[in-house]
Amino acid sequence: MARIRFRQPSILPGFGLTFGFTIFYLSLIVLIPILGLFVKTFELDWASFERIVTGPRFLAALRLSFGASLLAALFNVVIGTLIAWVLVRYRFFARRFVDAIIDLPFALPTAVAGIALTSLYVPQGWFGRLFAPYGITIAYTPVGIWIALVFIGLPFVVRTVQPVLEDFNREVEEAAATLGAPRRTTIARVILPPLLPAILTGFSLSFARAVGEYGSVIFIAGNIPRQTEILPLLIVFRLEEREYAAAAAIATVMLLVSFLILLAVNLIQTWSTRRFGHV
Amino acid sequence: MSNRAKAFLFSTVLAAGVQFGGLGFAFAQDTLNNVSYDPTRELYREYSEHFAKVWKEKTGKDVVVSNSHGGSGAQVRAVVEGLPADVVTFPLEGDILAIEKAGLIDAGWQAEFPAASSPYTSTIVFLVRGGNPKGIKDWNDLVKEGVQVITPNPKTSGGARWNYLAAWAYELEQTGGDQEKAKEFVAALYRNVPVLDTGARGSTNTFVQNKVGDVLIAWENEALLSLKEFGAGEYEIVVPSLSILAEVKVAIVDKNVDAKGTRELAKAFLDELYSAESQKIFARNFYRPLYPDRVDPADLKSFPEVKLITIGDVFGGWEKAQPEHFGDGGVFDQIYSKD
Repeated sequence: MARIRFRQPSILPGFGLTFGFTIFYLSLIVLIPILGLFVKTFELDWASFERIVTGPRFLAALRLSFGASLLAALFNVVIGTLIAWVLVRYRFFARRFVDAIIDLPFALPTAVAGIALTSLYVPQGWFGRLFAPYGITIAYTPVGIWIALVFIGLPFVVRTVQPVLEDFNREVEEAAATLGAPRRTTIARVILPPLLPAILTGFSLSFARAVGEYGSVIFIAGNIPRQTEILPLLIVFRLEEREYAAAAAIATVMLLVSFLILLAVNLIQTWSTRRFGHV
Repeated sequence: MSNRAKAFLFSTVLAAGVQFGGLGFAFAQDTLNNVSYDPTRELYREYSEHFAKVWKEKTGKDVVVSNSHGGSGAQVRAVVEGLPADVVTFPLEGDILAIEKAGLIDAGWQAEFPAASSPYTSTIVFLVRGGNPKGIKDWNDLVKEGVQVITPNPKTSGGARWNYLAAWAYELEQTGGDQEKAKEFVAALYRNVPVLDTGARGSTNTFVQNKVGDVLIAWENEALLSLKEFGAGEYEIVVPSLSILAEVKVAIVDKNVDAKGTRELAKAFLDELYSAESQKIFARNFYRPLYPDRVDPADLKSFPEVKLITIGDVFGGWEKAQPEHFGDGGVFDQIYSKD
C-alpha cells in the first residue's frame, strides 16, 4: 500500500481524545511561547540581527555558556553514573539519606544555591581559602560558573541512570564472570553499553538545564564582559533596555544551538539503542 | 446525613463565611501599591507605618501599603507591563521617564511635588576595610594597580549608574572637561572590578559577606547601613573630594490611580514624604533629607560636607546621559569592547 497512514492501527481505544489533548496542550505550553520568540525575532531586520549575533561580546558569551555547560554535563555523566552505581549496588548505613541528598539541587531555589556556592569559593571562603595561596581563584572565573552548573545538573544524570541500573539483570554480569571476562571487560562490554541511552538522556537534561541557568550562575560568575558573562545575562540586559526583539534574537540563537546539540545526542542515542538493544 | 458529614458541612460553611467576611473587611480598607527599588526595604517599611497613622488621623480609614522591591530596571519593566503600581519611588529620573514613555505617567510629573519630585537624596561614597589598608582617599586611588573595586553593573543596576557618573565627573573636573580622558579613567576603573553584580545589595554582599575587593563604591545610605550592622572598625567610609547628588524621584502612576480611583491616597502618600516627621525617617535611614532644618541635628552628623555635582549640570540630564553612557553600544559597552 503506497498511502502513508497517519495512524497505525491499534486496539487501544481513546486515541482521538488523548491525541487531541496532547497536541492542544503542547501547543499551549510549548509551541506558542517558542513561536512567539521567533516572531519577535523577525521584528529585527537582517542587519541588526547579524550585528547582535556576531558581536565579539555575544560570541564570547556563547562560547562560555555552551562550553561550560558541555564540560559540566560531561563531568556529571562520570560522577553521576558512579553515584548511581553506589546507590544501587551497595547497601550501607544511611543509604536512603544519601539518596535524598541527590535531589537537593532540584529543591533549592537557584539564587540560594548561587549565593551559598559563591561564599564557599571566594578567596576568603571555606574552599576558596585552600586555593588562594596558589593564586587560583574560583569564584568570578569560568571555573566558578562550571561548578555552579555541575551542582544544578548532577541530579539529572543520577536519576536517569539509577532506575535502569536497578532493573539490570545481574545474571548477565555473573555469566560474563563465569565465562572468564576480567572485571574491566565486564564493565566496558556488559554494563556500560546498555546504560548508554540513560546516560545520554542524563547528559542532555543536565546540559539543557545548564545552558539556560541564570539564578545560581549569576552570583558566582564575575559578569565581566567577554570574560565571565553568560548568554542569559545578555538577554537580561536587553530586557532591561526593553529591547525585546534583540533579547528574543539571542534566545533564538541559544535555542537553535541547543537544539542542534540535543539532536546530535538523540541520534547517538538512537544508534546506541539499536546497537545494544533496548533496556 | 451522618453526624460527621453534618460537622463537615457546618465547618465548610463557617470557613466560607469567615473568608467572605474577611474579604468584605478588606474592601473597607484602602490599599496602595508602592513600587520601589532594592535598598529601600527598611526605609519604606518604616515610612508606611508612619503614613498609615497619618492617613487614619486624617480620614479615619485604614490603609494597607504594599511595597514592592527589586532591581530598579526589573521593577520599571514590571510597571510598564502592567504591575498595578499607584506610586513609584525610584533611584533615577530615567526610570520614571521610561514609564512616562509607556504612557502610564503624564508628562510634567517632575513639577507635581516639591524639589522636582525629589523628597530625599543621597550621594556616592567609598566603603573600605578597617584601617584603610590600601590608603584610598579619592577617585584616582581606584584606578591604581592592585586595587580591587566592587561596584554593580550599571546596565542592570539603576543606582550604580550614579557610581559611574560620579567617577566620570571627577575626571572631567581634574582635566578641565576632557571627555576622552574621562572615558579612559572610567575604563581603567572598571578594569579593576573583578565582579559586576546585578544589583547594589549584591555588591554590598560581595564586599561585606564574601570579603572580596578593597573598596566598595556605594550609595551613602548603603555604606552607613553596613557600618551600623558591622560596627565601626571593620569598615570605614571614605568621602571623595567630589561626588554626585543622587536624586531619588517619586511619581503618581496616573493611568493606574485613575483606573482604581486612588489618586487622592497616592497624592497624600507622596505629599507626606515632605513632612518633618518623614524627613526624620529618611535621616534615620541614612538618606539625606531635603529639609535638613526639620531634622534632629544628631541625625545629620553622619552626612559629611562634600562637593556635589548634579547630573543636570555635568551630563545634561538623564534623557541625554542614559542612551549616551548606558544604552546598547553606549560608552559603558565601549569600554569593554577594547582589548
